[in-house]
Amino acid sequence: MAIIERPVITEGVELAPLATPSRAQGAFKRPVSATGWKSWLFTVDHKKLGIMYGVMAMFFFILGGLEAVLIRLQLAAPNGKVLSASVYNQMFTMHATTMVFLFVMPMAAAFANYFIPLQIGARDVAFPRMNAFGFWCILGAGIFINLSWFFGGAADGGWFMYAPNSGPIFSPSHGVDFWALGLQIAGIASLTGAINLIVTVLNMRAPGMSLMKMPVFTWLTLVVQFLLLFAVPVITVALFLLSFQRNFGATFFDVSAGADPLLWQHLFWIFGHPEVYILVLPSFGIISEVLPVFSKKPLFGYPFVVFSGAAIGFVGWGVWAHHMFASGLGPVSVAVFSISTMAIAIPTGVKIVNWTLTLWGGKLRFTAAMHFAIGLIVLFTIGGLSGVTHSVAPSDTQQTDTYYIVAHFHYVLFGGAVFGLFSGFYYWWPKMFGKTLNEKLGKANFWLMVIGMNMTFGPMHILGLQGQPRRMYQWTEARAGEGFFNLAFWNRIASIGSLILTLGIFLFIVNVIKTSRSKERAPLDPWDARTLEWMTSSPPKEHNFDVIPTVHHLDEFFHRKYEQDPVTHEYKQIATAEEIMADQEAHADKHIHMPSPSYWPIVLASTLPVIMIGVIYSIPVAIVGGIFLVLAMFGWALEPSTAPETDFDPPASGESTKELAPLV
Amino acid sequence: MSDVAVHEADHGTHGHTTSTGLSNNKVAMWLFLGSECLLFGGLISTYMLYRGRVSVGPRPGNVFDIPFTSVSSFILLMSSLTMVLAVSAAQNRDDRGTTLWLSVTALLGATFVGGQVYEFTAMYNEGLGFTTSLFGSSFYTLTGFHGVHVTVGIIMLMSLVGIIKRSTIPGDKAEVVELIGLYWHFVDVIWIVIFTLVYLIPA
Repeated sequence: MAIIERPVITEGVELAPLATPSRAQGAFKRPVSATGWKSWLFTVDHKKLGIMYGVMAMFFFILGGLEAVLIRLQLAAPNGKVLSASVYNQMFTMHATTMVFLFVMPMAAAFANYFIPLQIGARDVAFPRMNAFGFWCILGAGIFINLSWFFGGAADGGWFMYAPNSGPIFSPSHGVDFWALGLQIAGIASLTGAINLIVTVLNMRAPGMSLMKMPVFTWLTLVVQFLLLFAVPVITVALFLLSFQRNFGATFFDVSAGADPLLWQHLFWIFGHPEVYILVLPSFGIISEVLPVFSKKPLFGYPFVVFSGAAIGFVGWGVWAHHMFASGLGPVSVAVFSISTMAIAIPTGVKIVNWTLTLWGGKLRFTAAMHFAIGLIVLFTIGGLSGVTHSVAPSDTQQTDTYYIVAHFHYVLFGGAVFGLFSGFYYWWPKMFGKTLNEKLGKANFWLMVIGMNMTFGPMHILGLQGQPRRMYQWTEARAGEGFFNLAFWNRIASIGSLILTLGIFLFIVNVIKTSRSKERAPLDPWDARTLEWMTSSPPKEHNFDVIPTVHHLDEFFHRKYEQDPVTHEYKQIATAEEIMADQEAHADKHIHMPSPSYWPIVLASTLPVIMIGVIYSIPVAIVGGIFLVLAMFGWALEPSTAPETDFDPPASGESTKELAPLV
Repeated sequence: MSDVAVHEADHGTHGHTTSTGLSNNKVAMWLFLGSECLLFGGLISTYMLYRGRVSVGPRPGNVFDIPFTSVSSFILLMSSLTMVLAVSAAQNRDDRGTTLWLSVTALLGATFVGGQVYEFTAMYNEGLGFTTSLFGSSFYTLTGFHGVHVTVGIIMLMSLVGIIKRSTIPGDKAEVVELIGLYWHFVDVIWIVIFTLVYLIPA
């Protein structure tokens, strides 16, 4: 534990005894760099890791976006020649894999890592080293999966990789191997992250913060972590079976050997359906923070939003087979899963109503974050409605594997998950970097994305209902049809839309660059926010809070700023954020113990891709990787709990205050 | 993964109590075990689906030596008893007793794994390879995963013995023993399920 010594303000107070560090084990030392690249490579600070998750996810968002643009260019004209059939298959597989596993999930993890400790009034997560380990795992997974492009071609079976298409006969390149083993590494990251965040939320809340006083973002992220905890092992089993089939000659999904390919579908979707809630619930949480702030009202029906979130978490386990209506499950299964799928629309609808009523009668401020939040409500509702049509099995068997499905899930995932994440960028940017993103550019970014996404995915409803199959590689003018239902016309519109969408995302990147160059600092509380993460400096200090707040209310920060007049029932401002900050600094804790950085998370995580490469190409390499894995685990376990004070340069003294270097 | 969780020791919780009153490490271990239930759930389902699918090679009834596996199962279950004794000794701050019972637990676990290796060899010689049939693939996958879990447990137990001898264990010693105990009991309970479903109920 690095010990942050603050200047002693009050004289004559007995100092609390320091922790007795466990004995150092000779070779094992902890890194101490507080600046430079080492401070990022070996960090265990949840805020730095959150930013690292975010940068990584943004990189893969751009990569996955470029893959999508290539897909749309291929379909922009008849007899598209942009991609070959084989590369096209790889492109849509990797687009989906990248967006789901390497963009939305890590970006949600970025927000969760950064803001959950701040929102619950904690100084870090429960297991800081495990947190760093998770980041290095997901980064390794992303690089590993994309390495397949350079080793004979990427995976080409679609993101759900149905058997027997995923078997060695139909997919002879190593792409599927890279995909399956890479997702195993991503699964380890998700699992460790889930355990870490659940323990953090359950165990490390500030005094007085009962579960029903937690911010909604924290609540819904908690639900997501439970979904991950129980969904990830199922896909782990499926991926092991697939890898054993491809690499060690088992026949788990080989029909000619008597296997049942539906086993893969069941295992995949038992994971896959909770996964869609894993993708969208963090965004629901983000806009549940944004809407009240910019409506100047508390969230309407907080307990309903929380419990409907938990209900989605439960019911989400009982709807997976609606992905498989076309596979002949039998009337009983189809009826059960139809009804459960209709039922899950209820808690989702409850949320839509709560958000709308939060806006109702509020003093609305249309900031960029608010634009994206309202965009989510509208676009997700469209996607949700087309989702309910899938629960009607006879109709679903017509829609399955058409562009109608593509339209549906892009409305819920782009209109839902991605818009929520963008809302989060604009809302929390000043907190993370101390600078506000440009609002004008932000609104342009929003409108381009709304227009682009509706032009891209809206026509897909028509294309799908007219029978254009999903994953179709080319279309021909001769078979495009006529009039309103001319497929050529709508395909062109969709392709133009994807370019507008790209322009919108480009504006966001311009905005980020512009903002990072600007010298203007954001005010301490730019949005008049309601929750604890705003009750500290921007960016927050390394130890988050000078003094751990005691919580008395839901929306604690709001209630410290405003007081209700007993007669008129109107809220009057009694303190500013600056005053609250100054009060905190005056009463700051004197000894704050923060976890020391560590070499082992990155070392341990880097052994995993080595093992996976070995599984594909040469077992001895995997064994060597495995030995290093075990050694790294021992290194991790035997690492002393703190770096000796003399390791610091200059040596840590009682009079200095160690602060985080400015982040931009 | 589990010894990652175990040795995270005193981070975060230091100096103040947790909101639930349970230690971070213990909550983390329970969550991990909850996740493991789904892992074995998937593997057991796969086996139950495929155990009758034999086109070539021996069928389940032909290769199982139930008396032999009953004995090795009994040995594994007894290791849970010695694990309890180790936890109890650790809570009484009895280092000698702790290391003794941890070593006995590891020894019993190793006997079980040795029995599994013997059993696999015997089955292989009777013509049941990993790729012979769907029954073979799913049987070896399920029991193999369990065997790996026991082996990881043995490594954790032996590491713990070594660390206690050097008395450099970070955090609360008795709790670390208890956490590894939780893992060990979980692996035993899973074996009861596997033994019943795989060996005792005829296909």
